[in-house]
Amino acid sequence: MAASVLGVLFDGVAYGSLLFLISVGLSVTMGLMNFVNLAHGAFAMAGGYLCVALMQRAGMPFLATLPLVFLAIALVGAALERTLYRRLYDASHLDQVLFSIGLTFMAVAAATYVWGPNQQPVRLPGFLRGQIHPGGVDLGAYRLFLIGLVAATTLALHLLMAKTRFGARVRASVDNRAAAAGLGIPVDRIFVLTFALGTGLAGVGGAVGIDVLGLDPTFPIKYMVYFLLVVAIGGAGSIKGPALAALLLGVFDVAGKYYVPEAGAFIIYGLMLTLLAFFPRGLYGRKA
Amino acid sequence: MKRILLAIACLLATALPALAETPLKIGLVAPFSGPFADYGKQMDAGIKAYMHQHGDTVAGRKVEVIVRDTTGPSPEIAKRLAQELVVRDQVDFLAGFGLTPEALAVADIATQAKKPMIVMNAASSVVTTKSPYIARFSMALPQVVAPLASWAAKNGIRRVFTLVSDYAPGIDSEAAFKKALTEAGGEVVDSIRVPLRSPEFAPFIQRIKDSQPQAVFVFVPAGEQGIAFMKGFQERGLGAAGIKVIATGDITDDHVLDVMGDVASGMITSFHYSAAHDSPENKAFLQAYEEVAGGGGRANFMAVAAYDGMNAIYQVASKLNGKIDGDKAMEILKGMKFTSPRGPIAIDPDTRDIVQTVYIRRVENIGGHYFNVEFDHVPDVRDPGK
Amino acid sequence: MLRPFPTPAAVSPEEDVIRPAGPCERIARLPADRWTLRETAFWLMPVLGYFAFPGYLMLGSQILIAGLFALSLDLIMGYAGIVSLGHAAFFGTGAYAAGLLASHGWHEPLSGLLAGAAAAALVALPVSLLVVRGQDLGRLIVTLGIGMLFFEAANKAAAITGGVDGLSGMEIAPLFGLFDFDLFGRTAYLYSLGVLFLLFLLCRRLVHSPFGLSLRGIKENSKRMASLGAPVERRLVSVFVIAAALAGAAGALLAQTTRFVGLDSLSFQRSAELLIMLVLGGTGRLYGALIGAALFLLAQDILAGLDPVYWQFWLGLMLVAVVLYARGGVLGGAALLAGRIRGKRR
Repeated sequence: MAASVLGVLFDGVAYGSLLFLISVGLSVTMGLMNFVNLAHGAFAMAGGYLCVALMQRAGMPFLATLPLVFLAIALVGAALERTLYRRLYDASHLDQVLFSIGLTFMAVAAATYVWGPNQQPVRLPGFLRGQIHPGGVDLGAYRLFLIGLVAATTLALHLLMAKTRFGARVRASVDNRAAAAGLGIPVDRIFVLTFALGTGLAGVGGAVGIDVLGLDPTFPIKYMVYFLLVVAIGGAGSIKGPALAALLLGVFDVAGKYYVPEAGAFIIYGLMLTLLAFFPRGLYGRKA
Repeated sequence: MKRILLAIACLLATALPALAETPLKIGLVAPFSGPFADYGKQMDAGIKAYMHQHGDTVAGRKVEVIVRDTTGPSPEIAKRLAQELVVRDQVDFLAGFGLTPEALAVADIATQAKKPMIVMNAASSVVTTKSPYIARFSMALPQVVAPLASWAAKNGIRRVFTLVSDYAPGIDSEAAFKKALTEAGGEVVDSIRVPLRSPEFAPFIQRIKDSQPQAVFVFVPAGEQGIAFMKGFQERGLGAAGIKVIATGDITDDHVLDVMGDVASGMITSFHYSAAHDSPENKAFLQAYEEVAGGGGRANFMAVAAYDGMNAIYQVASKLNGKIDGDKAMEILKGMKFTSPRGPIAIDPDTRDIVQTVYIRRVENIGGHYFNVEFDHVPDVRDPGK
Repeated sequence: MLRPFPTPAAVSPEEDVIRPAGPCERIARLPADRWTLRETAFWLMPVLGYFAFPGYLMLGSQILIAGLFALSLDLIMGYAGIVSLGHAAFFGTGAYAAGLLASHGWHEPLSGLLAGAAAAALVALPVSLLVVRGQDLGRLIVTLGIGMLFFEAANKAAAITGGVDGLSGMEIAPLFGLFDFDLFGRTAYLYSLGVLFLLFLLCRRLVHSPFGLSLRGIKENSKRMASLGAPVERRLVSVFVIAAALAGAAGALLAQTTRFVGLDSLSFQRSAELLIMLVLGGTGRLYGALIGAALFLLAQDILAGLDPVYWQFWLGLMLVAVVLYARGGVLGGAALLAGRIRGKRR
């Protein structure tokens, strides 16, 4: 019994870590630029497809593709920010929602056109497959890898935000954009860099997520709710909030499925409604 | 007098060529875009393959297939398209129907317009009961589930865990499997219904592992979920723990089997068609399919159902000398028998549903490609769900 | 400040739009809006369509139903500023309510329609309490989540709803005991048109009433409205429930005219497409909803056959383009154009 509880907890944390990795960029864009970007999942999908393409066409090993995926998707994100997104910073949330839904539809159709509607397979290296059994608990090797990767990324993000000049500027811009700009902080550049960072992380999330979440053209729509939930429950603009929210969601989802499979998808929505009823601005909401 | 003559002349002018020259119209209603786009493509290719082999005229009438896209699971669009095909294009047959809701929504139109409706996929038991003008050339889900359960019990697999998607086809197959297995002396130790949109199989698979059955019966939508399940199954070492996976053949659909690769290797499934079926009819079919849809992947059960449906339409048309009447056509369809690429098939005169051989197959690697290789079969299976 | 109402003038055929403002139009800006000639012309179109395209009546009735559904979203989004990604929840509720009645022996259509609207309004009441509290993002997620929840619930309750297989086998009695729902869709078309017209009149009355004015105010600045003494939350709840009832009526119409209810009536796809229709036509104008629905369904009917894969791509591109270059959709663009031309003349 204790072993099964630990196993479920472990799976939930791994799942939550993945959600966090993909969603953290969305949280920052929403907090920083006040932009509701429903197309965020499309960047994750692009990362996944790039990873598959690099492995299949160029024969690269799985782990080696990840840095490349990060850079490429970050560049794509920066380019889109420069050309399209920035025109809508002052637009209403409604316009932003429509714009990003439009982008999502285009991404879905384009992915179907290039890769077809089927699921893409990913072949993990041998040392990431199978399970290890410390103390009678079954731990999936890949899930362990996921947790490690995300923990390292989160630590790096935290240090970046807390200890560097860049981080200080981002925090200042989130708190008060106008004042930050008035103090001579190059808000424009901060926006591009943050957006690129967020999309790049989503790309990596999409790549390492293929094995857990799958990869097909409807990915951005299928998981849109989950990403939005992480941000809404966590509160936009922080790292702590989404991290906590993603872990909560992951653990509840997995535990719910293990112990009460009859309840199906209701657990996650129930959790969402309860949390939003008590914390309309999210667990770590900053602004009114 | 003049007017009457004129009227007669007009009538003759329109009526005479009408018999000789109006094409035999078949309205194909199926999804060609959206998540089920493959369904439409497979059916269209199956129909083309038949026409490629047997010519595009029957009983002196040219055959014209009018293709309409339902854009996905969209019953109201399917119904509208069928209505327009009947009212505007005056088709002689309605055909296609990839998804059960679309078939059910159109059933009304078939009854009202007295048009034969040839179902080429939609697999819920209930479909054929909704209109006396429906004949099904695909399969009924319980039809392939029940033989699998009896086969399992016969081969010493008596303690089975079932895992199905939480939607009507999943629940139907869970019930059919349980019934057949219990009758054959086996026992379902536990059942899980997973949400239709289930991103994470890990907890379910862990539960199966913890209850240690001899086998797990799986029914999830083909594609993503099938792959996800098999991956989790292997990652958690259920195979090594001696648990077998048995399923219906849609999870190892010929069209996606090669993409699944070694994940599916060794899986045992029951189904009515495999591209690896060894018969002259199947070879001829696969060749014709390759010629009309080459490069589009392997033909699957939907292409075969469409091919057989087309065969039936040709037979009806030639028996009626090209003059299609809904009721007469149904009389011919009832009890129709022929050898399909999948083996012998027949239409049950009472239910208008298909009677066919169900095969037990194992996924094997043949020359670098994965195939469902048949190793056992149950002849003349009817839908036990009715 | 309150913006003046967009004139219904910007509404129908293009040549009408460029006509210079007459005295009639100034009156139209007042709350007690008068019916204009252009509106009469607009409503004559579907009537003419009935005689001109007898082979397209099913498509016609589905356009009318989508128009009613879009109208419902326009009330909460265009007038009250609530963005919803889960409006299909109410459409589906109405459809299932009407469908269940019809398949359990209650065949009369008008009462079925009322039941559909009432059921949707009933479930909308608790939902609205959750929705109106939040900010934009919160509302988005709550509506999205509620939409998904309803979808799952209908799937779970397969014994009642038929689950994925859908609800079929319903029987609808002749309208007023006289007009049978025929194969050609004549009754379906006229029934849909009649219901749409009556409910449109209701909406038109509503948005031009003081209640409608206060909604506009809340959309512009809810804090200010609150400090002016307007019961913001109550107003929003009311309009949300009214809109849900309209959506339920649209769903019931679809159920009755197609005699089938599928899970897709609750799907995210339906909510998203609805949003696209409305934005395409132009929000906050009522007529935009109708024009958007017609454009969308006609385009889908024509384009989906031409190129199934690209279809969604072009749809997305259209949305992006509308947001970037033509905010306000077809009607917004037309009004802008008309304004410019008028400006030049002066």
